[in-house]
Amino acid sequence: MMTFFLQLVVTGFALGMIYALIAIGFVIILKCSEAFNIAQGHFVLIGGYLGYTFLVTFGLPVWATLLMAILTAIIMGLLIERLILRPLVGQPVLAVIMVTIALATILGGLATLIWGAEYKAYHGLLPTITLKIGEISVPSESLIGLIVSIVTVTILMLFLRYTKIGLAMRATAEDLQVVQSVGIKATTVYAVSWVIASVVGVIGGILLGGVSGANMELAEIGLKAFAVVLLGGVNSIGGAIVAGIILGMLENVAAGYLDPLLPGGGLAKVFPFFVMIIVLIFRPYGLFGLVRIERI
Amino acid sequence: MSSRVITVQESYAQDLAIFRTKFHWGVLFAFLLFLLTCPLFFSDRMLTIMTMIGIAVISVHGLNILTGYCGQISIGHAGFMAVGGYASAILCAKLGFPFWVALPCGALTAGIAGLIFGLPSLKIKGFYLIMATIAAQFIIIWTIIQLRSITGGADGLSVPKPTIGSIALSSKINYFYLVMAFACLATILAKNIMRTRAGRAFIAIRDNDLAAEVMGISLWSYKLQAFFIGCVYAGVAGSLLIHYYSFASIDQFPFMDSVWYLGMLIVGGMGSTTGAVMGAVALRLLDELITMVGPILSAAVAPQAAASLALISHGLIIIIFLIFEPRGLHHRWEMVKAYFRLWPFSHEE
Repeated sequence: MMTFFLQLVVTGFALGMIYALIAIGFVIILKCSEAFNIAQGHFVLIGGYLGYTFLVTFGLPVWATLLMAILTAIIMGLLIERLILRPLVGQPVLAVIMVTIALATILGGLATLIWGAEYKAYHGLLPTITLKIGEISVPSESLIGLIVSIVTVTILMLFLRYTKIGLAMRATAEDLQVVQSVGIKATTVYAVSWVIASVVGVIGGILLGGVSGANMELAEIGLKAFAVVLLGGVNSIGGAIVAGIILGMLENVAAGYLDPLLPGGGLAKVFPFFVMIIVLIFRPYGLFGLVRIERI
Repeated sequence: MSSRVITVQESYAQDLAIFRTKFHWGVLFAFLLFLLTCPLFFSDRMLTIMTMIGIAVISVHGLNILTGYCGQISIGHAGFMAVGGYASAILCAKLGFPFWVALPCGALTAGIAGLIFGLPSLKIKGFYLIMATIAAQFIIIWTIIQLRSITGGADGLSVPKPTIGSIALSSKINYFYLVMAFACLATILAKNIMRTRAGRAFIAIRDNDLAAEVMGISLWSYKLQAFFIGCVYAGVAGSLLIHYYSFASIDQFPFMDSVWYLGMLIVGGMGSTTGAVMGAVALRLLDELITMVGPILSAAVAPQAAASLALISHGLIIIIFLIFEPRGLHHRWEMVKAYFRLWPFSHEE
């Protein structure tokens, strides 16, 4: 009994770390350009399929796959920012949100066109590491997911802390006008934030694809990322990490115990939405979010 | 607005009237005559398309009141349609209610669901509210699947053919008239709701909610009213949709439809009753075009081309309108009218 519980917690922890990774992409865009990126889940979708293409179709080794996928993600992020988001700078919230929803639709359409909306499996192609803690065995995919997410998040943190553009991004999040007056180009910051979001999305997609295979349902991970973001507070990277882990564990435990009791099953799918509604009603700014004070 | 010399208004009632000139009335009667005689010269397929347009118009009116006028963005509209549709379907199929009782009951149920999911809107707005309504969509559909004994779950639920009195609404023509009657009624009602105190309060809340509150508009009451009215519209549309197919299934209310209704609103022009109609008609016709072109493209390129064409064109249309015509077709239409009103002596700006 205890083993079952701990098993769920451990796999949930690894899953949550991947959620956190994806959610960070969302938070970075939001902090830098105040755009809500609904298409974050579709970056994951594209990532999952890219993993299939590079690993299976082209037969590349894992490191080359990651490299190629990241390159593709960078190009994708730059194109999206320049073509779709740039013309809408300064438009109302709804316009920006709708444009990212439309972007999500288009990415979904492209994935359908290129990969045929089919299930593409490639587990077993990622390296296998087995780890046993007492009686709990950590699945290889979870472990890889955990390691890659932690590495990516660390690189991202270092990037934001020590590079010039990273500092510029953090400054933009604080105050756009000040940043512009010291000569930092806001458009560069926006572009980099979209690139980061698409890169972390694609990495998350490859990791999740390694667990469950690439299919159109990967896009729904984006919705879980929103729950993570809301729980952690929309403008807190640390919050996203903590909330991602909490949500991953909660979801796994709840699904593990409650799914056999419910006729239709599929609790894991709606679980994030219940979390969302509860957070929105009782603590709209999340665990670590900034409480906005509005004045006329 | 219109300031032609010959339209002299002598009373406030005349000034406020929706149809002010003889030309307006003429166009109205021509349009109603067109609707009445449609079955004479349209094929069954065309009638089906027009019925679907009518249902979309009703639904988009609801969304327009909620999002376009009151500024409470909802991406869960298909979910609320599902509530209304399923409620009336269950009343008809399980409890044997007549259609004309079940439909308003369904609409009311949808309105109450709207009130429940509208509660977060009292504390949150913008992106947070969007998330809450997306959550509403998924929770509603999940609940419908879970309540298998009542709703039929994922298998769906067959509903008897609707009748009103002794008139069976099973034929396409009868149902077309029913939907058109509802669509016209919905349009008139939507137009008039916006001219009441509530309507003006909605607009004030949309433009600046804090200022509205300071002026003495109860945000609590009016936001919930907007949710209620918008979702009642959705409920009517959902009931009509389910009774049209005589079958209730969750596939009739996918998440993408919620997005697509918002797309209709953007293409038509937010905060305008005419715009809501224009957007619904334009995008439904575009959908039909895609269904026609899709198989040809599928045969020519790849089997999945049709599905991806639908998705990509939906996304592109929304993006193009947001970037190049954010005020929608309605605004463009007003510009064209203004141009011809002064023609040939018009001068720009």
